[in-house]
Amino acid sequence: MRTRTEILAALGVDGGSGRSLPEQLCVACTTTLGLDGAGIALMTDAGHQGVLGTYGEVATRLEDLQYELGEGPSVDASRRNGPALHAELTAGEMSLWPGFGPAAWAAGVRAVFALPLQVGAVRLGSLCLYRSTAGHLDEDGTATALAYADAALAVLLFLHAQVSPGSALHPTLREPLDYRAEVHQATGFLSVQASVGLTEALLLLRAHAFASDRSLVEVARDVLAGRTRIPFVSTEREDD
Amino acid sequence: MTTEQRLTQVFVELADTLVDEFDALDFLSTLTDRSVELLRAEAAGVILNNLRGGLHVVASTSDAAQVLELFELQNDEGPCLDCFNSGRAVVNVDLEEARTRWPRFSARAAEVGYQSTHAIPLRLRDSVIGAMNLFCAGSTPLSEEDLAVGQALADIATIGLLQERAVRQSGLLAEQLQTALNSRIMIEQAKGVLFASAGLDIEQAFRLMREYSRSHRVPIKTVARSVIDRELTTDDLRGA
Repeated sequence: MRTRTEILAALGVDGGSGRSLPEQLCVACTTTLGLDGAGIALMTDAGHQGVLGTYGEVATRLEDLQYELGEGPSVDASRRNGPALHAELTAGEMSLWPGFGPAAWAAGVRAVFALPLQVGAVRLGSLCLYRSTAGHLDEDGTATALAYADAALAVLLFLHAQVSPGSALHPTLREPLDYRAEVHQATGFLSVQASVGLTEALLLLRAHAFASDRSLVEVARDVLAGRTRIPFVSTEREDD
Repeated sequence: MTTEQRLTQVFVELADTLVDEFDALDFLSTLTDRSVELLRAEAAGVILNNLRGGLHVVASTSDAAQVLELFELQNDEGPCLDCFNSGRAVVNVDLEEARTRWPRFSARAAEVGYQSTHAIPLRLRDSVIGAMNLFCAGSTPLSEEDLAVGQALADIATIGLLQERAVRQSGLLAEQLQTALNSRIMIEQAKGVLFASAGLDIEQAFRLMREYSRSHRVPIKTVARSVIDRELTTDDLRGA
């Protein structure tokens, strides 16, 4: 088992790789726990806000997909303020995540474990572990995974402490948001156009991106440029 | 039950309160109650420094003890203060003999019926975070062993309090980070709202909000929030 202190101490040593601290943590976590990849996502009460760091090709793709769809284990873990542990991807997972589930299966993932990064009720992110073999983490593995989540949270707070006080964001934390700035702009834009709230506006964008098989940020750019009109009138909310 | 058995029990009790939901006030009241019992005193009180360096009375077993502790702070003299300032225990003080050292404090303590007093520092290595005062009705000198017990109790208290402070600081950082993330997102959404309702381009929308923020001395995130809530229109912003 590794402790949070050991994990953080090891991160400092890996100076020359050019990887950000969150990426280094994903690498270490993947190696130590014998995974196929890992990812750290930024979360707020409004949901997924971007991918902070990943390791492994499949994890990178699936972390992006969780953002695109607004669904998946990382989103669940953050929303419920507790771990989302899926030792075996079954039909249950396929219906739980209609978009993410089949994509994860097709990419060869058989188990996913997502842990929330939070302090009290303050949600900041999720650490998600991807493995190509089914099966539970053993006791030692679970303790180590939790220690990595603790360490990931410490990294987030450490990064923020570098710029705090004030409302500035550390470049590492700002970059994933900046990359998707248009998504938020298009959300605001659509909320006026469709006279709906921001949450629904984002749902409309996501639905359109999914239906047209394009990324959220591409659709957002098109909406802002007037190249795409979202047929919001026809979209009824089903969750009322 | 022997003293040793009772002592072990108390240490377990204090260590137990260190885990789970740590409540500093509950914890300190356990500390003072048990110190009074084990060190044969009538009353005890604790003063602590806060993060800004001020001293406060945070726990006491009786009103009389609380009043005496406050009296020390107000008059800037007394065993607890000396102990806090030096970081060393001040024990077996006969209050009659201490009249020249702390004239006001000794008189006050005698008035409420105390004859002797001890003060034990709450310290971790070089950092002194407070002190515990014990008040005795008779002359009940502490042996070397008693003092070791008192100091051990105080040490557990110190570790608990320092941990709690670390947790509180990370809570503060987490909240600041959450606010920073949310501000960033809201500003982008507000740009989109202005873009949709006023035909400004995204860059102009941002400039308009920033100018309004500066001239009205309101944080830009507050301006963004008002734009999103449709409380501020483009005309309002232009009227700046």
